[in-house]
Amino acid sequence: MAHQVSVFAENKPGRIEKIARILAEAHINIRAITISSANGFGVVKILVDQPQKAFEVLREQGLPVYLQEVIAVVLEDTPGSLHRVAKVLAENGINVEDAYGFVVERGKAAILVIQVEHEPQAQSVLERNGFTLLSDEEIYRL
Amino acid sequence: MYWEKDVETMPREELYALQTARLQKTIQNAMRTPFYRRLFTQHRIHPEQIKTPEDLKHVPFTTKEDLRQGFPFDFLAVPLEEVVRLHSSSGTTGTPTVIYHTKEDLDRWTNQVARCLYMVGVRKHDVFQNMMSYGLFTGGLGMHYGAERIGALTIPIGAGNTKRQIWFLKHFKSTVIHIIPSYALLLSTIIRGEGLDPRKDFNLRIILLGAEPHSEETRRRIEDIYGAKAYNSYGLSEMNGPGGAFECLYQNGMHIWEDYYIVEIVNPKTLEPCPPGEPGELVLTTIFRDATPILRYRTRDVTALIEEPCPCGRTHRKITRIQGRTDDMFIFRGVNIFPMQVEKVLMGIPEVGSNYRIILERKDYEDTMRVEVEIKPEFFFGDLQKLERLRERIEAELKAEILVTPEVVLVEPGSLPTQEGKAQRVFDYRVL
Repeated sequence: MAHQVSVFAENKPGRIEKIARILAEAHINIRAITISSANGFGVVKILVDQPQKAFEVLREQGLPVYLQEVIAVVLEDTPGSLHRVAKVLAENGINVEDAYGFVVERGKAAILVIQVEHEPQAQSVLERNGFTLLSDEEIYRL
Repeated sequence: MYWEKDVETMPREELYALQTARLQKTIQNAMRTPFYRRLFTQHRIHPEQIKTPEDLKHVPFTTKEDLRQGFPFDFLAVPLEEVVRLHSSSGTTGTPTVIYHTKEDLDRWTNQVARCLYMVGVRKHDVFQNMMSYGLFTGGLGMHYGAERIGALTIPIGAGNTKRQIWFLKHFKSTVIHIIPSYALLLSTIIRGEGLDPRKDFNLRIILLGAEPHSEETRRRIEDIYGAKAYNSYGLSEMNGPGGAFECLYQNGMHIWEDYYIVEIVNPKTLEPCPPGEPGELVLTTIFRDATPILRYRTRDVTALIEEPCPCGRTHRKITRIQGRTDDMFIFRGVNIFPMQVEKVLMGIPEVGSNYRIILERKDYEDTMRVEVEIKPEFFFGDLQKLERLRERIEAELKAEILVTPEVVLVEPGSLPTQEGKAQRVFDYRVL
């Protein structure tokens, strides 16, 4: 099981800078970042090499931050990979609430991070269908 | 030119005699209310002591808080069956303030409004479109009955619904409107957006501006936009409502009807009378109302008395435009709002932190109220939708309390400036 750090941020200049600076000073490496916003505020989701540490340093700076479990699925970096995962999830009636992906090694490996309502169920469904899921330690070693 | 020439142009000495007689009657009447009986006993005041307007200085001030605490009947001087209507202050924080009127009170108030309307030239042949909200708010009904008394065709359209307002203006060729100044500005942009010219496509000649303080510049702008004369109107529900003070054709201060009120201007800090012409807090005593007599009411409005005689011939003195407040109330889109109302709502929502601020702005003729709210970190679960739902909930709860919808913005904890002592919550950047 992997973890992602979510941070509340106002939609104004300097917010990403602040988050990035805090993480840089703590020598935390960012694997992926995604931002969604609405009505003047947003949520920044970050996948990092040390999620617990990132959570703590951001919290110490007074930011509303949340550490949550996500599923990180290893995919081949080839056409049709995402479809294979999505098909399994769809066939099992699993709704994806948020997702983002990034390439680890071009043409070879990519990671898809997904947030679903019933994490354990989704996890076992994916594992049963032969997908590899990463833990925090494995993301750390990427 | 005058609705009641004898009263409006009454020599000052006669007016003083009339005030004195009416004050004595009012004091007798006030002794029928539990509040003033108690107050006079506590302060060892004998009702017979208060004979002239000068004697009023022996009577303590009455405040809005007194009215609240006197809910429901502590200020009522007549049997309830004699009461035919009540009006109540907007806002639901704590207990409301309630003013009762007998049939005669309403008749007098209507006459007071008719006097104002006639003064600025409203006549029987006019079509009067009343764009103020009807109901507990006095602006709608108060002005409505005054216009009817003059005999004008009165359209009780009420506030809002801009498309319909424009439709009526166009089809009934309304000649007089009663409108909140900020709405008059906003309305003009929508009129133009429909391809209409407020000067050419309508038949407006008189605009009555009420419920909101505004500057001379704003008045001139409104006059220019609509090609009509605009007059300032002052009133508060505790003192009946519209009709309290009104500009005459000279547009230089508002005549305050001294056969209805005894007027004082006091220094809000010392509560001593201000020297003539110096701005201070307006304090009013009703002397022509039976159901709810109120002595020395602190209106919290800052103004100054204009002692010089008016060229219009009316002997009732004038007050200047309202220059501010002696409390933290502000008026947004014609609605009176106390920051405490906003605070009460916010502090009742667990996800909300303790710091907030209210920002008022006027952009392109549209007034906006933004409430910036700090969220509590422990209620953040990384979910944008939950935050958006929280934001909407705060908006809805504020709307229920203050009757207008502000824009709520969620901000990071600790991001709002904190101040030592009493925090400034309201930042009003509107140029009124």
